[in-house]
Amino acid sequence: MKVGLFVPCYVDQFYPNAAIATLKLLQKLGVDVYYPPNQTCCGQPMANSGYEHLTGNCNRLFIENFSEFDYIVSPSGSCVLHIKDHLHDEKRESDALNVRHKVYELVEFLTDILKVKEINASFPFKVGLHQSCHGQRGLHLSSMSELVDTPFSKPMQLLNQVKGLEIITLTRPDECCGFGGTFCVVEEAVSSKMGKDRVEDHLMNGAEYITAADMSCLMHMEGILKRKNSNVKVLHIAEILNAE
Amino acid sequence: MSRAQILAAVLNNQPLETLLPADLEFDSPSKDLVIEKFVETITMIGGQVIKIKSLQDIENYISENYLPENRILSQLTELTNYYKFSGDESPHELENTDFAVFNTHFAVAENGAVWITEDQMGHRVLPFITQHLAMVVKAENIVANMHQAYKIIENQDYGFGTFIAGPSKTADIEQSLVLGAHGARSMTIFLLEN
Amino acid sequence: MNSIKHPELSTIFNEDEERVNWHDDTLWWIRAKRDKAAHGISEWEILRETASQIKDNVLSNLHQYLIDFEAKAQANGIVVHWAANAEEHNKIVLSLLQKKDIHQMVKSKSMLTEECHLNEYLEKNGIDVIDSDLGERIVQLAKEPPSHIVLPCIHKKKEEIGQLFHEHLGTEFGISDPQILTETARLHLRETFLTRRSALTGVNFAIAETGEFVVCTNEGNADMGAHLADIHIASMGIEKLIPKKKHLSVFLRLLTRSATGQPITTYSSHFKKPRKGQEMHIILVDNGRTVQLGRADFRNSLKCIRCGACMNTCPVYRRSGGHSYHNAIAGPIGAILAPNLDMKEYADLPFASTLCGSCTNVCPVKIDIHDQLYKWRQVIVKEGNTTAAKTMAMKVMDFTLSSPTRYKLAGKIGRWTIKHAPFTVNNKLNLWFKNREMPEAPKESFSEWFKKNK
Repeated sequence: MKVGLFVPCYVDQFYPNAAIATLKLLQKLGVDVYYPPNQTCCGQPMANSGYEHLTGNCNRLFIENFSEFDYIVSPSGSCVLHIKDHLHDEKRESDALNVRHKVYELVEFLTDILKVKEINASFPFKVGLHQSCHGQRGLHLSSMSELVDTPFSKPMQLLNQVKGLEIITLTRPDECCGFGGTFCVVEEAVSSKMGKDRVEDHLMNGAEYITAADMSCLMHMEGILKRKNSNVKVLHIAEILNAE
Repeated sequence: MSRAQILAAVLNNQPLETLLPADLEFDSPSKDLVIEKFVETITMIGGQVIKIKSLQDIENYISENYLPENRILSQLTELTNYYKFSGDESPHELENTDFAVFNTHFAVAENGAVWITEDQMGHRVLPFITQHLAMVVKAENIVANMHQAYKIIENQDYGFGTFIAGPSKTADIEQSLVLGAHGARSMTIFLLEN
Repeated sequence: MNSIKHPELSTIFNEDEERVNWHDDTLWWIRAKRDKAAHGISEWEILRETASQIKDNVLSNLHQYLIDFEAKAQANGIVVHWAANAEEHNKIVLSLLQKKDIHQMVKSKSMLTEECHLNEYLEKNGIDVIDSDLGERIVQLAKEPPSHIVLPCIHKKKEEIGQLFHEHLGTEFGISDPQILTETARLHLRETFLTRRSALTGVNFAIAETGEFVVCTNEGNADMGAHLADIHIASMGIEKLIPKKKHLSVFLRLLTRSATGQPITTYSSHFKKPRKGQEMHIILVDNGRTVQLGRADFRNSLKCIRCGACMNTCPVYRRSGGHSYHNAIAGPIGAILAPNLDMKEYADLPFASTLCGSCTNVCPVKIDIHDQLYKWRQVIVKEGNTTAAKTMAMKVMDFTLSSPTRYKLAGKIGRWTIKHAPFTVNNKLNLWFKNREMPEAPKESFSEWFKKNK
């Protein structure tokens, strides 16, 4: 099984540790991981701003970098969802479709493809799990509070295997953090208020760390936490699953 | 002019026809459970249920709860002591009605709604304009859900019909529930058991 | 950009953080009641799917249903009118009143008349209109539009309502008890109902099979108005039709559970024939609906039954308030309906969302609201309703990201800047920095680390 590691641009530049943990975790689980060095960005920032028509170059590059792999895995639900829903290339549409089918967010790759039952990790802290919207409602990583459905959570399934880790219960289990890509600057007032409220829920319920399957939400919440001079830290779920 | 224009635009823009889904059917719980659920729902939505053995029992309720000078309206032939009306008077004359009692077709357990049509009202406005409202529901005429309800309504003809579920209410001021907005301040169900 | 837009209006709304918290909590509480009601029905998701399929069928066969409805309604003694747009709708209402020499009207809730700005029009033409829904009466007294389609004055505190009642209805100064205020409105509006000869109501559902229409209220105001008036006018958008009477079972089960968590509204009134001696009119209004019907990506928005669940759940709506949408219908559904009416004026609304998708999940007729928001963004930009600066920024982004070399260089410069010259980023011009710290710049990117460590 050849797996291509897709490291979203902002993770590459600002959160290399999340990517390193993803790589090491996959290797630890015996996966043959490759990192195509010429990757840049999935194009979502442009597409969500209404400029999907400018994403042709990003799409072409993505297909070039990743079409050879059996699976493409990434530590970001949002970017994976964008690829899954919106990757097109007039000249290579069947390759694009193929890529869309084999791209996975890290957590779902671990639970659904590798079917991981035992993780050798220890993290003796109180952790709040932030359900990133695109991972949850887009990729169905967990059941959603709006739907009348059997409850499940793929991230929780993995976190429950980590020794010493205690999951805190949130008052609002799956509210958006307000990042939303360019929304965070275009709608600055509402975006920061959403971020503050989301962070407050974790703090009120005693979190020492906030984790998620999406670094962008965590980046937003980290910005708020630091402005508050809070000691609470954010960590990508890969970093917890890889902690010893 | 606009009619032709709108219809042409609709015809031009509507998508290919899709099929209607099959009707929803659900197993009905036992009659006892349906009645129990109905009583529970009515209570939850601010109404009250009084179980009666015969329509005469309503007279006792009225004499215990209302004064002789109260204006009480009913077309129920079993109730003889109250003001009768012909249906030809102006609806405005029904203002100042304190209590009105109606026969009904049936009630629905899942939401506490009671189905009543114009012929049972005497005046369309009466169930709304009366200060307090009461309805007679036969225990055998309680259905489990709205799908069963419309199986009955489907075959009825009426000029006006309405589901009434509890007293008139509003929560428009800071979401505080207040009973008695514009319609009846209370709703009593006389549940007639065999 | 000729008017104040959603970001600016929400910034103003957010100046009072306590009030934002109050607004957010109140609406979240309603969302929680909705969840409880939905979870009480094990077949909830099947109901949603069924409702969605019925509405799909309505849109696909609307031409025939309109013709059927008209014929049946006429046979029932209802006069049917057709209005291509808001102006024609308003003219029809006015002419019906003028014909009977009526100068006063009582109106129950109708978002369509808000969309058509009927009140302003009638008042200009000498007709006194009183809104009878309590929430609508309150915003009418405050000379404001409703901020929510189901909860018109959800943005107002009881003390503010008390003040309005003191000024307009003569309650004692300082009274803000909802019980007392509601009782005052009851007395004031009873007088109105008894003296108005004309009543206008909205329409929740109209049935093609029988020519009747259904109006749902909790207060009983639609019925009080209609059954006491000489003339009852009902205004409805053409998309409100449903094929058969039995389909009401599905919609009435979903509507209020989605809206407020109630099992059904107190009154669900089926108007089929006029009362003896009464006139009953129905106005079928297009006002852009047929255009939306022709937009394959957006026509699903016409399935909306106006429950407001998408507003209650929307984290943006809860923290920006209904008026920030500067449109008769606010929230996520408003944001996909409004650009159809005026793309330039409402170009900001599809961007007032994080695309979190909660709206789509609560929608009782399964409108793909957040996907349509995404699609509207593409249309709006393509049609040129964007700023030159934004387009330039996006082009630079594409230029950078389309080359791995340029991307790596830009990343290096970016991280270097944050590390060594934070003042160029941490300033007023950077909207992120206003309430949030910038991420720390690591000493190397992942790709740089990988090169060394592979």
